[in-house]
Amino acid sequence: MFGLKDDWAFDVSPRYFTLEDFDGGVARWCPACGDHAVLQAVKRICRDEQLPPEKVVAVSGIGCSSRFPHYMSTYGFHGLHGRALPVACGVKARRPDLTVWVATGDGDCCSIGAGHWIHAIRYNMNLVVMLFDNAVYGLTKNQTSPTSPVGLKTNTHPRGAWLPPLNPLSATLGFTNVSFVAQTVDWNPIHLHATLLRAYQHRGLSFVRIMQRCPTYTAGLFDDIQKKPDGMTLLSHADGVPIDDALRRIIKGEIEHDPSDLAKARALAEQGDPLPIGLLYCDPSRPCYEEYTNAGLDMKPEDKLAVLERELNRFAV
Amino acid sequence: MTTNSRRTRIDEQIVEIVSDSGEGAQKAGQSFGAVSAKMGNGVWTVEIIPAEIKPPARSRAGASGIRVRFGAREMTNMGDEADLVVAFNEQVLYGRIEQGAYREGTVILLENKWADDPQEPVRAQYAEALVEFKKRGYVVHELALEKACLEHTPTPRLGKNMFVLGMLCQIYGRDLKPALDEVAMIFARKGEDVVKRNQRLIEAGAAFAAEHIDLHYEVPAWQSERAMVVMNGNQAAGLGIMASGMEVLSMYPITPATSVSHYMAGVFARMGGCLHQAEDEIAAIGFAIGSSYAGKTACTVTSGPGLALKTEFLGLAVMAEIPLVIVLVQRGGPSTGLPTKVEQGDLLAALYGAPGDAPKVVLAPATIEDCFHFVITARRLAETFRTPVLVLTDANLATGVSPFPRPELDARWLAPPFDQADWDEKVPPYDWDGETGISQRPIPGQKGGEYVLTGLAHTRQSKVAYDPEANQLGCDMRSRKLAALQKTLRPPTVNGDPEGDLLVVGWGSTLGAITEAVDRARGEGHRVSSLHLRVLSPLEPGLTEIFKRFKQVMTVEINYSDDPITGAGAGEQRRYAQLAWVLRSVTLAPVQCWSVVEGQPLQPAKIYNAISRYLPPLGDSARAADKKSSEEAACSA
Ligand SMILES: Cc1ncc(C[n+]2csc(CCOP(=O)(O)OP(=O)(O)O)c2C)c(N)n1
Repeated sequence: MFGLKDDWAFDVSPRYFTLEDFDGGVARWCPACGDHAVLQAVKRICRDEQLPPEKVVAVSGIGCSSRFPHYMSTYGFHGLHGRALPVACGVKARRPDLTVWVATGDGDCCSIGAGHWIHAIRYNMNLVVMLFDNAVYGLTKNQTSPTSPVGLKTNTHPRGAWLPPLNPLSATLGFTNVSFVAQTVDWNPIHLHATLLRAYQHRGLSFVRIMQRCPTYTAGLFDDIQKKPDGMTLLSHADGVPIDDALRRIIKGEIEHDPSDLAKARALAEQGDPLPIGLLYCDPSRPCYEEYTNAGLDMKPEDKLAVLERELNRFAV
Repeated sequence: MTTNSRRTRIDEQIVEIVSDSGEGAQKAGQSFGAVSAKMGNGVWTVEIIPAEIKPPARSRAGASGIRVRFGAREMTNMGDEADLVVAFNEQVLYGRIEQGAYREGTVILLENKWADDPQEPVRAQYAEALVEFKKRGYVVHELALEKACLEHTPTPRLGKNMFVLGMLCQIYGRDLKPALDEVAMIFARKGEDVVKRNQRLIEAGAAFAAEHIDLHYEVPAWQSERAMVVMNGNQAAGLGIMASGMEVLSMYPITPATSVSHYMAGVFARMGGCLHQAEDEIAAIGFAIGSSYAGKTACTVTSGPGLALKTEFLGLAVMAEIPLVIVLVQRGGPSTGLPTKVEQGDLLAALYGAPGDAPKVVLAPATIEDCFHFVITARRLAETFRTPVLVLTDANLATGVSPFPRPELDARWLAPPFDQADWDEKVPPYDWDGETGISQRPIPGQKGGEYVLTGLAHTRQSKVAYDPEANQLGCDMRSRKLAALQKTLRPPTVNGDPEGDLLVVGWGSTLGAITEAVDRARGEGHRVSSLHLRVLSPLEPGLTEIFKRFKQVMTVEINYSDDPITGAGAGEQRRYAQLAWVLRSVTLAPVQCWSVVEGQPLQPAKIYNAISRYLPPLGDSARAADKKSSEEAACSA
């Protein structure tokens, strides 16, 4: 059990990875569920970046969206409802070599896991956190979520959700040490892919809210922004999510937004119609907790023993 | 100080220093304990902690200080009533009297400045106390301690503790040299002047005692051949965590577990370890589980309320077979309970406190030395059996200080489980051995081992499975691991004769006190033995056979049980102490119990009284058998 293999570092045989190398089989989400598109986008990024599958970990909580890891053929951790973030942070604590994708639902992240959300933002470890926001609890069959719009009829509020919805972007932008906040939609694969890629490239915790359609419980919820020609506004900037002509052809609205401008980002976060999509805020200079947790990673057993012996000396009678 | 021929030889002594908090009594007592250990005595030190952080001065509830029990043999517990007490005011003594800390004849060295206090009520209180103490039969020596200190320090209230240390060294014939060295170490960072002043106070205290206190004892050495270390149980556990090769300690502060992290904080970083103070207990264990999943050794440290929060993750660690060590420093419960006090109330929560069937390994150190070694064993078991392992200590072990043989460290303990060699793709992530349930785990980074860990019921391939066979098989395999571990355990040894009238069974920190009580009863001719369990899940084997050779078996524990005569429940209604429940169900023997939840470590005399109820009168075992059966009849009535 204590065998330390040190020959792994010399494994340099050239390998090439295709999409299939990340494919974990048929995803059992409802047809037309927005989750399928997110899965495709992440697999593509893994392929494009040629990430060895064994170095990728998909971590999730519980919910429809949290089934995500099962449909990747990388390492995965499908844990507890609301607790994806502590696990993901623990994975990264001493493994800077791993790429970690976190899949979490609006109930998972913003309700039961809200405490961890605040602190994970503050730890700012190198993770991509994908908030699958379908404004409802899917897996447990249609209960109100913290992001449900007022009036949404659910099994727990048949006369319509009563409380004003929590805004995950505004909240995240208010947490100390926030370093990356973006918004995208599941129904635009180009923007989805570009946003997640930009998130992957960021050093620190990238928080991406994905507006995600649930054809079963909140069908039509996003119809307005999806179908109106001016339902969305692209946020463009040299540091932002790259926008190509194909995107511009589909989405008409576009504004220049400097993602280093926190006040402006907060104003945009409050905006629903048109829905701003792209990078709201980015500060790559924020401290990352790994700098603390990784300290001493390469310390040798002899040196550790020496510290312990000195400790015993301190307690010697 | 050389041994004086006038000195009376004594085998052991219990000394207390009590004061308002902040007067340094604990520091003085710890130093005195260390000096005694250096002179080859067995020592057990336990802090007297007030319930509040800043209790008012001169209050009963504010009693703060320390008890040092030392003697010419190994000391395993705090003992019964104190022999000698140094008190900085008379009010704090009342707090101790309420705890039954003193007896007729206890010597009290009492600060007498209160007799001339400018405030009349204080003078009155003092005078009243003197009368009361004398009535109780204490031997009170009134001493002008602070006044004597004034000659050596401008702040006698702060320096008095070192003066007392000097006094005690004189009374018990301790060398001053180790005491002087000790304070030099304690105050090293505060500079030469402070060291000198404190050393002067020690010397002055010794001279003062020689002149004014006519008490001269000698406590012979016990053994000193082996190199010893002296520390408390939380330090031992912290050291054990580090020596076991843990890379990550993920915790959330909770009394009385927190001091493990306080101790480790500085040292662990120097050892390349990572101490993560999480946002709550759930996150703390989640973080540790994430690290462990990624091939890094990880543990968490907590107490009862924290365990409650960690329970869901603990179940996940069982279900998904993630190695993890959890050190549980028990305190009084339920709820916030008695945060600083001792209880063994979390055994059943540790064993069964998770939904569904969640078998895990549970160990219980019985001594401070165990606190060190059990963590190392726990890590080994966690990895070999791919399971969480709980190590249950308690507030008594956490704060008790005692010397034990210096551990011999082993570099192999530090080797990580981290393995990045290719994984044989044909081997599934849960390749359960049909007999033992044991399997190897792939670690992220290992090519070919990619799998999705899940808390859902799953197959050997870690695929979610809802079919009837899959969950039955998974539960069976996880349970088998405990059975396999149990096969490697030896039956516990009985202290005393292997048969007799009564067998007293304990677990955890009560070992020393139980043994002392049972040995005393046996010394008087009773046919009583004791047995102490250290592995509680799986249970140490052979208990049914051992129990059969005793007319009665009972547990002694620090947790709640109904008193069979006066309590709430009798017969079927009776709620037993926690280990008693377990033993009754496992052995089917009518195991009795005696347990209390007073927040105090069990003392030998109390145990002796309790077990006496179950002992036949000496020389008359026939009558005794009658008495016992009528008592049982009373229980089931
Ligand atoms: C401790 C706990 N409480 C409740 C549940 C039940 N539960 C599972 S998923 C879920 C909510 C899912 O909603 P969301 O996070 O928005 O994800 P979605 O299914 O919509 O993707 C709930 C309440 C659980 N699994 N565990």
